[in-house]
Amino acid sequence: MSTILELQHLKKYYATQKAVDDISFSINTGSIFGLLGPNGAGKTTLLRMITGIFYPDSGQILFDGKKFDPLNDVQQIGYMPEERGLYKKMKIGEQAVYLAQLKGLEKNEAIEKIKFWFTKLEMQSWWNKKVEDLSKGMQQKLQFVTTVLHEPKLIILDEPFSGLDPLNANLIKDEIYRLAKNGSTVIFSTHRMEQVEEICDHIVLVNLGKKILDGTVDDIKQTHKQNLFSIRFEQEILPEHLATYLFDVKKSKGKELIIQKHAEFNNNEILQYFLGKGLMIHSFNEILPSLNEIFIRLVENTNATARAFQPVA
Amino acid sequence: MNKTLLIIKREYLSRVKKKTFILSTILTPLFFVALISGVTYISVQDVDQEKIAVVDQTGFFKGNLENTKALTFEFPNGVDTANYDDKGYSAILFTPKDSARNYQLFSKKQFGLIAASQIEDQINKAVENNLLKDKYNISSKAIDSIRKQAGEAKVENFYGERAEVKKGNSGLAYGVGYGAGFLIYITLFIYGTMVMRGVMEEKVSRIAEVMVSSVKPFQLMLGKIIGIGAVGITQFLIWIILIIGLFSAASAFLSPETMQQASEASQQMNGQNAMAAKAAAGFNLSETLSGVNWFLIIGCFLFYFLFGYLFYAALFAAVGSAVNEDPQDAQSLMLPITMPIIIAIMIMIKAVTSPASPMATWASMIPFFSPIVMMARIPFGVPGTVSYVELITSMLLLVGGFLLTTWISAKIYRTGILMYGKKASWKEMWKWAFRKA
Repeated sequence: MSTILELQHLKKYYATQKAVDDISFSINTGSIFGLLGPNGAGKTTLLRMITGIFYPDSGQILFDGKKFDPLNDVQQIGYMPEERGLYKKMKIGEQAVYLAQLKGLEKNEAIEKIKFWFTKLEMQSWWNKKVEDLSKGMQQKLQFVTTVLHEPKLIILDEPFSGLDPLNANLIKDEIYRLAKNGSTVIFSTHRMEQVEEICDHIVLVNLGKKILDGTVDDIKQTHKQNLFSIRFEQEILPEHLATYLFDVKKSKGKELIIQKHAEFNNNEILQYFLGKGLMIHSFNEILPSLNEIFIRLVENTNATARAFQPVA
Repeated sequence: MNKTLLIIKREYLSRVKKKTFILSTILTPLFFVALISGVTYISVQDVDQEKIAVVDQTGFFKGNLENTKALTFEFPNGVDTANYDDKGYSAILFTPKDSARNYQLFSKKQFGLIAASQIEDQINKAVENNLLKDKYNISSKAIDSIRKQAGEAKVENFYGERAEVKKGNSGLAYGVGYGAGFLIYITLFIYGTMVMRGVMEEKVSRIAEVMVSSVKPFQLMLGKIIGIGAVGITQFLIWIILIIGLFSAASAFLSPETMQQASEASQQMNGQNAMAAKAAAGFNLSETLSGVNWFLIIGCFLFYFLFGYLFYAALFAAVGSAVNEDPQDAQSLMLPITMPIIIAIMIMIKAVTSPASPMATWASMIPFFSPIVMMARIPFGVPGTVSYVELITSMLLLVGGFLLTTWISAKIYRTGILMYGKKASWKEMWKWAFRKA
C-alpha cells in the first residue's frame, strides 16, 4: 500500500516549549487517519507544518513520495482548521468560487462543482445569501464543501463535527467515508474519542509534542487491554465460587461478574473453571478498553493540562 | 489566475461594490463644494453691522475714522454708557485726551476678534494721521496718496536658472502645498485604517488560517494592501472628475462680481490670516495657474500618495494582525504608527511657510514624513526650492522604506494572524519580525 504522507523526525520548537518534538509516522493512501491528543499537545502545529503554513525546524515531510513543496502541493490539500471561518459579508456562492479559485480551479469548473455539492447537501437555495445569515451548523457545512471542493488528495479536518447536529454530523461522516473510498486520504484531528473509534482506521496519539501511540484502533485496544471479562450467569454468584488463582474479581453483583484474568491463563481455562463449579453461563465477553480510557491513562499524570494554558508564541 | 491577483480583485470589488463606498464617494465632493461655496457666500453676505458711538474728547477723530463694511462710526451728542443701547448703537467708544490712557469700548456683547482689531486699526491710523499733520504739517490728502502709491508695489519672484526663469507665486504654492500635504495626511489615515480593519476582520472571522492554507501570508497581505490602494485611487479619480465638474458648473453660476467680493472679503481679514488672504488673492486664476507645473505636481502627488500609502499600509496590516477581537487594543497599538503621521503634518504646516528650511528639507527625506512634507514643498518649485537631487533621494528613500516596512510587517503578520487569545505587545511583535520563520 502506498503512503500519501510521511513525516520524518519533525521538530518545531517555540521560545517557551517544544511544540513538536521528533515526531515520525506515515499515512496510507485512502485511509482515514486519526490524529489525537489533548489540548496543547502539538496537533495544530503538526497540521500547520503538513499544510505548509509553518516550516519545521528540522526533519522532513514526504508528500506522495516526494519532498513536500508547500507552494504547489497545497493545491492537493484541503484543510479545515479548528479556528475556521468565512468572510461574513460575502455571498455564499461567490465565497465558494473564490476559495476554489485560490486552490487553482478555473471559475467555470468551480461553479459547476459547487452546484454539484450544493445540490447534494441540499444547499441550492443558499447561493445569494450572505454567510452572516447562516446558522453556525450551516456555515460548518459550507466550510466542509469549500474544503473538499477541489478534490484534494489529502483532506485534513480539525474537529469537523463541532457545532453540527447529529443529522448533519452523519451527513458529513458519510461524505468522509465516501471520499476515502474514492481514494482521498483523510486526516481527522480531534479529542472526541468515540468519533475516532467509529471512523478511523489508523491513529496516532501525541502528547507534549511527542508521539505516544501509533497503530490501528484494534491493535491499540489489544495492546492496552487489561484482560477484563464480563460474565453473566443464570443463577446468583456465591462467594465460594470465586476463590481461585485464575483471576481477580473486579465487581460482583447478583448474576453479573467482572473479572481480571491473570495473563498466563487462557479463556478456556476460565470457562472450564466455572463449568466445573456447575454454573450455567449466560454470556461471556471480553471488555476492551475504549480509546478514551487508553487516552486518559496515557495522558494522565503528565503536565498536559498545565501546558494547555501556555502561550503558543 | 495568479493568486495575488485574485485576492486584489476580491479586496477591490468587495469594497467598491458597497453602497457606503458609492455614497461617500459621490457625497464627499458635493459636501466640499457646498462647504466652500457656503463659506464664501457667508463671508460676502453676512457681515455683522456694528454702529459705534464715539465720545471724542480729543476732537481730531471726527472725520478721521473711516467707516468699513462692518463698522460705522458716528459722533452723536448726549450719548453715554447708560443710553447708547436705546439710541441704536451697538457700542460706545471713549477716546481720552490723555494719550497715555487706554481707549475704552463699552458694548452689550463682546466684539469679535476681527471687528475689535479693525477698530484698533482705524484708531491707530487716525492717531498717525493726526501726528503727521500736527508735527510735520502733512495734509491727510497727501498721506492718502502716499499710502496708495506705497501699497501698489508688488514683488514678483522669478526663480530658476538663467535660461528658464519662472514666475513664482508663493500664495498659490502655499495653497497647493498645504492642500496636497493635507490630502495625503487624510488618505494615509483613511486607507491605512481600512487595511488594518480588513486584517482584523480576517482574524476575528477566523478565515485567516483557511486562507493561508491556500496562499502565502505575504500574498494575502500584499493583495489586501494593493486592493485597498486601488480603491483609494478609484475614489480619487472620481473625486477629481466630480470636483472639476462641480466647480466649473458653480463658477458658471457665480458672477465675476461675487468672486471679486469674495477675494475682497478675505483681504479684509488681513492681519488675522495674512497667508490665507495672500493665497486667496493669488487666485487670479487663468494667469497664475498656467505658471505652475501641474504635471509635475500631480505626478509627484500620485507617487507620494501611492508609496506613502504602501509604506504605512504594511505597518497598519502588522498592527491589525496583532490585535484580537477588541477594537480598543487596536487604538493603543496604532499609536506608534499614527504619531509619525501627526508629526509630519506639524512639520508640513511649518514647511509651507518656509519650504527651504533645514527642518523641512530633512523631514522631506525621511520616509516617515516625506509623503506629507515633500508634497508641501514641491509646489514652490522643482528645481529651485527643491532640487532634483533632493526629490530623487526622497523618492528612492521612500521606496526603500516601503520595501523595508513591508518585509518587517510580513513577518509580524504571518505570526500574528494565527495567534488567538491575547493581544501582542510591541515587544513580541519585534521578536516575530526578527526571528527565523
